[in-house]
Amino acid sequence: MKAQIRKIVTVVEETDREMDRQIDPPVRRAAAIAVIANPHAGKYVEDLTGLIDIGEELGGLLAERAVAALGIAGDRVESYGKAAAVGENGELEHAAAILHPKLGAPFRRVLGKGAALIPSSKKRGGPGVALDIPLGHKDAAFVRSHFDGMEVRINDAPRADEIMVAVAVTDSGRPLPRVGGLSKNEIKGEDGLR
Amino acid sequence: MADVTVRKRILTVEEIFHERGPAPARPQKRASALAIVRNPFAGRYVEEIAPFMDDLKPLGLEMAKTLIAALGGDPRAIEGYGKGAIVGEAGELEHGALWHVPGGYAMREALGGAKAIVASTKKVGGPGTRLDVPVTHIDASYVRSHFDAIEVGIADAPRADELLLALAMTTGPRVHARVGGLAANEIKGEDGLR
Repeated sequence: MKAQIRKIVTVVEETDREMDRQIDPPVRRAAAIAVIANPHAGKYVEDLTGLIDIGEELGGLLAERAVAALGIAGDRVESYGKAAAVGENGELEHAAAILHPKLGAPFRRVLGKGAALIPSSKKRGGPGVALDIPLGHKDAAFVRSHFDGMEVRINDAPRADEIMVAVAVTDSGRPLPRVGGLSKNEIKGEDGLR
Repeated sequence: MADVTVRKRILTVEEIFHERGPAPARPQKRASALAIVRNPFAGRYVEEIAPFMDDLKPLGLEMAKTLIAALGGDPRAIEGYGKGAIVGEAGELEHGALWHVPGGYAMREALGGAKAIVASTKKVGGPGTRLDVPVTHIDASYVRSHFDAIEVGIADAPRADELLLALAMTTGPRVHARVGGLAANEIKGEDGLR
């Protein structure tokens, strides 16, 4: 099954200052969001293979869009995340089918690597619902400076029979990280955790 | 002269393939650029605020150029525009009005001359406030197909002592425009209205 895409939105957020301190270089993150038709809206369908395939299609497409919006090479991405919001006539499991089985592999191919689990969130909601995409370091989930989140929303989506699918990438962690933990220059990058 | 201190910048690009009607050959693109800047007049009444308009001009121009680049790089592809501001709670609505001149100047400058008044809106609000930035045709305000609006906002701005400044541009009419009125190909382009 192919995704029927109504719109694609990209957002780039750059933070130059925080608490009156200059952030140099600025921290930057980008999200790419597709609004697609939910083929299973309004009815219970046991087999979600079609949505799983759509997840694979969108994983590559949205990763490319987000990385392009950030204007860096894929291998310069430091952290990532994914999320989906299902319109009111859909089921949370529809978001799970898109996000979990197959979206990750093509997403990671765009980045060259990505040993860590891609943090995710999902919800059901109406148009304009705020979707908080969790962020974590792409090669080591325990890098504390990169635990973050990016809020995205689109005023006219998801409609009742739509799904909003989002991925986010960054070139950095939080603006002023100082709560310790594993730092990015200590990453081994073998098990995806440390 | 007051310094223009930018805390963050947000660029959003929306590519609209259809809205459940026949998909146009060329998707409509809409983009908004936001800058979160310190409000130099927050917390007190200042009579002389007008010089800040000149201070904001370089930022406006940067944002206008960013928008054109995000929409493909060709100024001639831009057909609609708008602007807006959200004033953080320690500021005054009048501070939002400071954006009229630099915002409008910047887009006209970057587009190589545009005749129509730049539609605008403003309000006072807290972090996460959403603003519907009105959009109209760049050369003739009465072109009905190009009446549009783009919702903007960001979770953590404006803080009390900040201004959220917005510019918006589009590459075409509403995706399924069909309510008549003055059409873009009927523009005389003399008075900015028709």
